Amino acid sequence: MSFVNTLLNGHEGGLRHEGLTPMQKIALRFVVLGVLYYGLAAVEGMMMRVVEITPVAAIDDSHFFSIMTVHPMVGVFGSTYMIVFGAFLFLVPYFMKKPIFSLKMANASWMLIGGGTFIMWLAGFLFSYAPLYTLYWPLPVDLAQFKIVGGLFYVVGVALIMVGTFLYSYNVFKTIVYTPKGWEEQPSMDLFMDAIGFKAIGNWFRKKKTEHIVDLPVAAISRGTIDVGLNAVVITAAGVLLLIYMFGTMFGVTMEKTWVDALLYKNIFWWGLDLIADGLVLIFVAGTWYILAMMITGKELFMKHVARAALFVEMVVSWTVWSHHLMSDQGQSNTLKVLSGEMVTALELVTQGLAVYIVLVTLAKARPLKMTNELRFLLGGLLGFMLAVPAGIIQADLGMNRVLHNTQWIVGSHVHVAVLVGLTMTLYAAIYLLLPILTNGAKLYSQKLATAHFWLHLVGGIGMGSFMGLAGIDGMLRRAVYVDGEYATYMMLAGICGAMLLLAFALFLFNVVMTFGIKGLIGIYSPAKSDTSDCVPTPQEA
Amino acid sequence: MTDSIDVLTTLKLVYGIYVFIALSLIAWFAYRITRPRNDNAGAKPAFFWTYVVVLVVVGTGLHFLTYSKVPWVPIDLKRAGIEPAAVFDITYEDHQMTFSSMPMQVGCGDYVVFNAISNDLTYGFGIFRADHTLVAQMQVVPQSKNDLMWQFGKNGTYYVRSTEYSGPKGARMIAKDAIVVTGCDQDDVRAVALGGQP
Repeated sequence: MSFVNTLLNGHEGGLRHEGLTPMQKIALRFVVLGVLYYGLAAVEGMMMRVVEITPVAAIDDSHFFSIMTVHPMVGVFGSTYMIVFGAFLFLVPYFMKKPIFSLKMANASWMLIGGGTFIMWLAGFLFSYAPLYTLYWPLPVDLAQFKIVGGLFYVVGVALIMVGTFLYSYNVFKTIVYTPKGWEEQPSMDLFMDAIGFKAIGNWFRKKKTEHIVDLPVAAISRGTIDVGLNAVVITAAGVLLLIYMFGTMFGVTMEKTWVDALLYKNIFWWGLDLIADGLVLIFVAGTWYILAMMITGKELFMKHVARAALFVEMVVSWTVWSHHLMSDQGQSNTLKVLSGEMVTALELVTQGLAVYIVLVTLAKARPLKMTNELRFLLGGLLGFMLAVPAGIIQADLGMNRVLHNTQWIVGSHVHVAVLVGLTMTLYAAIYLLLPILTNGAKLYSQKLATAHFWLHLVGGIGMGSFMGLAGIDGMLRRAVYVDGEYATYMMLAGICGAMLLLAFALFLFNVVMTFGIKGLIGIYSPAKSDTSDCVPTPQEA
Repeated sequence: MTDSIDVLTTLKLVYGIYVFIALSLIAWFAYRITRPRNDNAGAKPAFFWTYVVVLVVVGTGLHFLTYSKVPWVPIDLKRAGIEPAAVFDITYEDHQMTFSSMPMQVGCGDYVVFNAISNDLTYGFGIFRADHTLVAQMQVVPQSKNDLMWQFGKNGTYYVRSTEYSGPKGARMIAKDAIVVTGCDQDDVRAVALGGQP
């Protein structure tokens, strides 16, 4: 078959989108858009890396920081949210063996999150709006530095993302508890309580354990989804506050910035942001590891009752750790710094360490296993969090934070290793695992490309995070500009590793396009021909 | 007296060793997982619960270790009972830093307080050596208390830089030769002045 033919029609017939169920199409729409947004975030990352190696005339400070503002937002909302939500909207009904509550709501979710991310990105691209994702008060409404129109684009974009997120959260929980037409009445309250973890906690204290009616993967998804919803409430509230000030300025109303207490705002905002960073990432990732381990081995999870309870503990921990972001704020109480910042945060080492152990033993008990793409990416994901979580515990210490806060250590050794190696490799594992299920058996174009994707991503991700971390130990700040080549060597090495990551993504994207074919990829976004509410077609339909 | 270089060098060494161990462990596991099973190692409940205890001890133990070994932790937590030898005010406004005295002269071993006040945005207060390594930093939040008590144990000249992003205009808020420490037996060899000698 010629290259052009494969490019158009895919490998061995490619993706036959006509046979896909509506649910398969929706999941693929989320994932494909999420993968493309990952590419955008990777390109943005490389642009900033180049500036950190040597100043570039085309990227001035204003441009640099507008890229820095949208880069994590595109990565988290445009890419991670999209891939995770797409996978989970498919997996919840798949594991519950019941139709999703609303296909329309699921479709609206990807459109709102995808469209909202683009509008938010335009705020940086067109108007250089650059308050960073932290939005420290009152920077987002500092209209001496930023244009109001940029702020409006940013808030509207984020608002759309949050609406899509609320719809996703509602759809997930409603799917768990509702009774489909023609079915026997479902025990809604029992399902809900089991999904969020009360039954798992109760089982710790009962001699005779009660049977769970919600599978462990769905329980993990539910608990992460609670954090997603709470986070959306906080971000939406911050957006409303920004709008009040922006509209006030537009209509000539004098609004003192001191009406908002900057430290209280910072506490509330970090409480919300941490529901992503420490809540849903760790819970969703642990849940995804469990799903992967069970699906790869075809066996039950080792210590599954402990895993369930640990997920609940992780959810509660995620509500109480925000102070580790305020350890260098002298106005923050020492009690909060020590209890929330240090001690509760240390529990994340325990919950994530448990998840790593449970997954490794589950895999080990099923050996010999074939080293498939999903298995090797899963191991990469485990390694990422084995490196990044201790780095986070180290910086969440009163002594260490004084010399690490806001340095490249935080964003390199902790954030980028967690996100790029831990989270992204876990998502890649899920993508490789779900590929045949979502596509009714489409065959991967090239295993060699998949192998190269793995090694380039692993080495690039760990390498980039490490060199950023070393620069941070030597004093390089994460949100500053260096023009005299102070850290050029570290940044060049990080840049080489960043280029490996970008190449890994390019190979992956090429492999996916050649697997599906351009026609197949476009077909994902056309209406489904089948009107089944099942996740996958019946053998006759397939 | 232990300073940030000692702490960060230890971090580099310890974390570097840990990274090597974690990489080796996963590489070994990846090899073993494809081989037939001939034992049940790691699956025993006693091993599991021992591992949990180790995680708890390591996670919380770090904080007890730094409390006893890193001098600025007890200073931070017990500072209400320490009388400073000097208080230096630093005012932040319109992306400018204004110092109550310049340079800020500090005696060796004296407890001094850097009291930062922001009249508009959130900034940062960072003390750096000439080689750009960080001595200490804090956030400077408007309407909030931002006072850092510090004790220097070596002679040197340090520059101050805002460590928090305050918009593109604040990307390079630097005050050269802002702190001069004298009277110690030992020099901070990394803290040679940006423009001259300490």
